[in-house]
Amino acid sequence: MADVTNATETVVADGAPTTESGTSLVTEPGQATPVLEPGKVPTVVVDDVHIVYKIHGAGSGKGSATGALSRLVSRKTSPTIREVHAVKGVTFVAYKGEAVGLIGSNGSGKSTILRAIAGLLPPEKGCVYTQGQPSLLGVNAAMMNDLTGEKNVVLGCLAMGMPYAEVRERYEGIVDFSGINERGDFISLPMRTYSSGMAARLRFSIAAAKSHDVLLIDEALATGDARFQRRSEDRIRELREEAGTVFLVSHNNTAIRDTCERTIWLESGIIRMDGPTEEVVDAYEEYMGKKK
Amino acid sequence: MEHCGLIRTGYVLERKHPRVNRLVESPAAAVSPDAGLSPKELAAKYGLAVSNARPPLREYTRQLWARRHFITAFATARLTAMYTTARLGQAWQVMTPLLNAAVYYLIFGILLGTSRGTPNFIPYLCTGIFVFTFTQSAVLSGTRSIADNLGLIRALYFPRACLPIAFTVIQLQQLVFSMGVLGAIVLLTGVPFTVNWFLILPALLLQSVFNAGLAMTMARIGSKATDTAQLMPFILRTWMYVSGVFYNLSVFTAHAPHWVARILNCNPALIYIELMRHALIDTVTSASLPPHVWPLAAFWAVFAGIAGYVFFWKAEEEYGRG
Repeated sequence: MADVTNATETVVADGAPTTESGTSLVTEPGQATPVLEPGKVPTVVVDDVHIVYKIHGAGSGKGSATGALSRLVSRKTSPTIREVHAVKGVTFVAYKGEAVGLIGSNGSGKSTILRAIAGLLPPEKGCVYTQGQPSLLGVNAAMMNDLTGEKNVVLGCLAMGMPYAEVRERYEGIVDFSGINERGDFISLPMRTYSSGMAARLRFSIAAAKSHDVLLIDEALATGDARFQRRSEDRIRELREEAGTVFLVSHNNTAIRDTCERTIWLESGIIRMDGPTEEVVDAYEEYMGKKK
Repeated sequence: MEHCGLIRTGYVLERKHPRVNRLVESPAAAVSPDAGLSPKELAAKYGLAVSNARPPLREYTRQLWARRHFITAFATARLTAMYTTARLGQAWQVMTPLLNAAVYYLIFGILLGTSRGTPNFIPYLCTGIFVFTFTQSAVLSGTRSIADNLGLIRALYFPRACLPIAFTVIQLQQLVFSMGVLGAIVLLTGVPFTVNWFLILPALLLQSVFNAGLAMTMARIGSKATDTAQLMPFILRTWMYVSGVFYNLSVFTAHAPHWVARILNCNPALIYIELMRHALIDTVTSASLPPHVWPLAAFWAVFAGIAGYVFFWKAEEEYGRG
């Protein structure tokens, strides 16, 4: 935590009472889910990010052997590369302890921006700054499919840098949280035998076992059942209290309303709205309703 | 404070000045209102780093060392999972090297007769095959280590060098099974146990470091140029034929021009094979080894190890993209 001193300074300058970690102690009295005020410590800064996908083999004459050979000889880049400008200049700042919902219609650039925050897509222009290394949980981000659930838990924790003793200590908790063993001993089966919901639950349980500075969730909870969704919402709340920042992409507006107090609405690669969840989701629902 | 653009000021301020819907049309001119900082300066102020930037080499090495249990546990898990779908299961660990040796013995020992002039041909051949297979499969699995584990790379953060190193460890574990088979073959064919057998350990250690370096190099290349995985088997086969796996290379180098012999004798695969033969088989004396064999073995290990590691680290932030 290199920024602790900085953080405390800023918050003290604003005159708000703070804890050691720079988190403001002012809480919203009337809120249903009390959340510690973020002491204005940014964890993610997205600075005018543009992302362009270059798609190979689009259009006619794709992948024919002679075409590939003649391109090699003539040293020309493939004429079939098409560019898709998926994100067009997005700028925002997310703070410690925030849960930010990302909404928008399909293809509006929500997942793309998450992958850029995780550093998996290099921006064409602009820059993403983050606190620590963000973790991205995608809907089909398989872990080690040929290994048992048990092994996935242990290896996942070790990969995140936990020592062996801590892994042993947390193992039961992770398995219980995932609920994989609720209907018999499934944790000792290879992960490829799991249903998509079960796999998503186990992945989330593993990733959520550690506190993250920035956790990015891309529809990863959508396949879980209602009970698991409630549990994971609780866990997201805990992660935020541990001063992490959580981004949630979802088409389930109820989940967004329940977990996030701030929402960014993306439409065709630009931010259409950024503000308190209630306002943004209401506006989004109105917009979607009209477009039928 | 009302029209402060995109960057939020925090909730205390917002409640004092409740804002209406902020429709954002021109995000380019975003400036943090409370401090007047540009996003870049704001990031610098709070010590935020460019997302997924690679750590400095020292820090990277420290992170990698902290993941050593992950590397060994991953390798063991993968190794045990490798044959779970086969009916004979783990028996394949031993059967694979045995069958390999049988095929090559049939072709090179009996049909082509390259055994002429080589005493103890069966252990000689098996050592060559097993030692070369270690390098070969480390390179092959290293080439695919990034592409085959994209899900893991994208889901969790860990130093990516864990993967090519873990795949080298898997191959080392398989070699240990092969060495057990080999030890039995050597003793069964009447070669005595000597003190030289203890030279297996330093030879294996050096070869493992060399292989890990090679695996990391190929992992970076393979993650970028996906055609490499198709090309590698051919390169490796060529390498195998010049490494004296099936025949005694000195028969060939004796008649070749001096510089050709010299180059062939510096081949790391040949060096590690010869060292292992020297350790296991009493008729391969130190006089028959290529010149400067131990210094060369150490040089290749250190060179490939360090160069491969640095080469891999240079592209750390790029793995998982695509």
